Formats: sequence, structure tokens, C-alpha cells
Amino acid sequence: MAEVAQEKKKPVQIDDKIHTWPHLVRNEFLVAIFVTVVLVIWSVGIDAPLEEPANPTRTPNPSKAPWYFLGLQEMLVYFDPWHAGVVLPTLIIVGLMMIPFIDINPNGNGYYTFKERKYEILTFFLGFHVLWVSMIIIGTFFRGPGWNLFWPWQHWDPHKVVALTNVDLPYLLGFRDYRWSAVFGLFCVLAYFVVGIGLFHAWVIRVKGKEFMQRWGPVRFAITAFLFITMLSLPVKMFLRLAFNVKYILVTPWINI
Amino acid sequence: MALNKWEEIKKDIVESHVWRAIFRHGYEDTPRNRVLMVTANVWLHLHPAKVRRHGVRMRFTWCMGGLTFLMFLMTVITGIYLMFYYRPVAEYAYADMKYLEFDMPFGMLMRNMHRWAAHAMVVFVWLHMFRVFLTGSYKPPREFNWIVGVLLLVLTLLLSFTGYLLPWDQLSIWAVTVGSNMARASPLLGHEGPFHELVGANPIYDARAFLFGGGEIGPHTLLRFYILHCIFIPLVASLLMAVHFWRIRRDGFSGPSL
Repeated sequence: MAEVAQEKKKPVQIDDKIHTWPHLVRNEFLVAIFVTVVLVIWSVGIDAPLEEPANPTRTPNPSKAPWYFLGLQEMLVYFDPWHAGVVLPTLIIVGLMMIPFIDINPNGNGYYTFKERKYEILTFFLGFHVLWVSMIIIGTFFRGPGWNLFWPWQHWDPHKVVALTNVDLPYLLGFRDYRWSAVFGLFCVLAYFVVGIGLFHAWVIRVKGKEFMQRWGPVRFAITAFLFITMLSLPVKMFLRLAFNVKYILVTPWINI
Repeated sequence: MALNKWEEIKKDIVESHVWRAIFRHGYEDTPRNRVLMVTANVWLHLHPAKVRRHGVRMRFTWCMGGLTFLMFLMTVITGIYLMFYYRPVAEYAYADMKYLEFDMPFGMLMRNMHRWAAHAMVVFVWLHMFRVFLTGSYKPPREFNWIVGVLLLVLTLLLSFTGYLLPWDQLSIWAVTVGSNMARASPLLGHEGPFHELVGANPIYDARAFLFGGGEIGPHTLLRFYILHCIFIPLVASLLMAVHFWRIRRDGFSGPSL
């Protein structure tokens, strides 16, 4: 029995290649036809939207960006535009490009596996599904006039009263002097990164071991830790906002975080 | 008898000088022809002549990269049709949309296909990225192709975004206004961004004004986005796609080592 199994396995391993024509081209052709048919039927059935002519003097409420940017627009609730609209998107793009260089795990190259690269996949899942996609869903279906939260079945009342009770973290903790507030805010932001990166370091050593950390090197670690802690700053800020009505952590005349 | 006649006619055609000038090999199912079908064809030679067995399975690739490209081709074809009837001028743009929808043969269908294919392209390119991540296909030697892929992802979003303005209705100008407000907030380069005083950015001279062709969204923006949408970004995207596909052909499909 064992011999038969081995003989069956061997030739597959040696000659793994098949001709692109017809095996791959056939699949592509059939899928292309199928998707084209679906697209045509869809397009016959559902018309692309066209509203009234552009009118720069009439701002609709809410004004929504195209749906694929609504994750960024939703982040504007928690961060200022320069951060949510410029810095974070840049970091997302740069961070995505970094992936092949910070991931030195040789396993899982070319096949599906969760076990061999659990943390890589969970991180991607957190960034892509939990943060990016869910923010888009919130922005698309749960935001109405004034960018207030509405259930999809709820009437969009443009006069909905929402108390503006957000306060800055230093104020919340009793700071009344602008300068000391700024110093405390800066301390909080720096402490967040220092402690976060420290915890990340300890966590990597715990789950991957010292030997891995040595192979990984300080540059890869620093980039990964910075990107990871920055990514976590969104849920952290969301939590502070929703639980404690915190508006900003760092308040200065130039930038607020 | 009749059959023989047909065979003779067929032979006359496929062995004629003209036919042989166009088609360089026959259609018999031989290994040599199977390779030639791919390597001697300018479109199909984007593929390697042979691929790993698991690489053609749909549960491995989800077909998402190819479908993203198919959606791109769809938007190119329907987009060219729309370009015949659409003028990127503020006075005409919206009227042309109505004209296209109600008077042009298949105008509405072409516009619908263009829009839904563009949305599908965004979804497919995300799913493609997700699949490539799951199979670890960005690992050596394919690191650079992942970078090219990220750039193509950004270009896909920009293509969709620039096209969003062209109908020149309330939906488009306000979506683009909101989307472009980010540029206004860029540190240093946007007039509402931090430290803009250091550079001297102001409402008519900053990153957003460069994008809009002026301080406000207006006719100049429409022309600018039209050119970006129809010429500049598709050209850059096509170049990057060529690199992307070429790299796949050189490196082969990713797969477990044998």
C-alpha cells in the first residue's frame, strides 16, 4: 500500500508543469465570458446614478466621497484631515509596499496556510478587514446628515441633535494651561509609541523567540513596530472617543492629534 | 465527393502564401503547437508557456488578477465609446450625459457597464491583493512585483476617482470635493495643512489648486480630470501592468517548492 501511494505521488512531484494552452487559457476564457455576461445583465438591470446638474452653491448633506474612500472619510471623525487624509493613507501605501521586506518568514510561499504564518495573516486581517473594510461599511451605510450615526432603516433627520461633549484629553485630566497641556499631550503621544513599541518587542520575543529577533534585525523591527503601533492608534483613538469623548490628545497651535 | 472538394479548398487556403504569412503554425494538438500557441501569440505570450499544475486552479488564484485586467479592458472599450459623445466642458458635460442616456444607441448600457466595471475593478484588485497575501506570493523572488501591484492598486483608485467627476452632477462634484479636501490639508503643501505658512501655500496656490487647476472645483478641474482619467493614468497603469505581467511570466506562478 505504501509503495503504491509513493509511486502515485512521485510523478506528480517531478512533472508539475502543464501547458498554458489549453489548460490555463481555457479557464481564463470561460471565466471572462461568465463575468462579462454577469456584468452585462447587471448593467441592463441597474442604472448608474445621475443626479441633478452640478451646483457649487448647493452642498448636499452629507457629502460623501466615493465609497472606496469612505474609510478615509470615516477616519476624519477621529483624526484631523492632515493626519487621516494625508499621513495615514501615505503610511498605508508605504506600509503595503514594505510587506515583502519585513516578512522574512520563508514558509507559506505559494500555498494557503494559516498555521505557518498566523501573525502575518492576523495582522493583515486586522488592517484590511477589521479597519479598512468595516470603516467603509460604517461610512457608506451608517452615516447621515452632519456625518451623524444613523441606522440604515432610520430616517435621515438633518436636525438630529447630537451633544458636542468632546473634550481634549489634557483638559479632561485637569490641565488648564495651554503650554502644559501641549507638553502633556506630546508626552502621551511619545509614551504611546515608546510603550507600544516596547510591548511589541516583548511580544515578538515571546511568540517568535530571541533567535528570530536577531535574524529580523533592528531596521525591520523598527519599521514593523512603527507601522503596527500606528495602525493600532486608530482603534485606540476610536475607543478614547467613544468611551471618554476625547477629542484630541495633543493640542498645539499647529497640529492636533 | 463533395467532402473532398471542401478538403481541397481548405488546403488551398491554409497553404496559401497569405495564410502562412499570418498563421505560422497549424492547429494539431502537439506539445510543440501548445507551446507555440502561447509563445507565438503577442497577446497570449503574457503567459508562461507552461505553468505549475496548482497555479491554474481557481481555488488557488480566485481568478482575481485576470478579472481585474478584464474589468480594465471593459472600461477601456466602453470608455472609448463614451468618449465619442462626451465633451469635458462644464457647459456641455451634463447635457452630454443625458444625451448619452436617452439618445445614443446603447448609450445607457455602455455607461452602466463602464461604471459597474470600474467598481468591480476596485473590488477585484482588493481581493487579488488579499489572495496574494494569503498565498504569500509576494515572497522572494516576487517582492518587486508586489510593489508594482500596490502602485496599480493606487492607480485603480485614482482612475475611479477621476472618472467620478466627469458626469458633472451633484454626486460627482461633491464627492470629488470631499475627496480632494485631503490635498488641501497636506502638511506644508495644502493651505489648511499644518506648517503651510512656511511654504506660503494659499487657497489658489497649493496642492489642491494644482489638482483642480484653480482654487475651486470648476471647468478647469473637469478638463484636468478628463485628461488624467482618459490618457495619463491609463497610460501609466498600462506600463505598470506590462511590468506586472512580465514579472509573473519570468518568475512563474508561486507555489510550494517541489
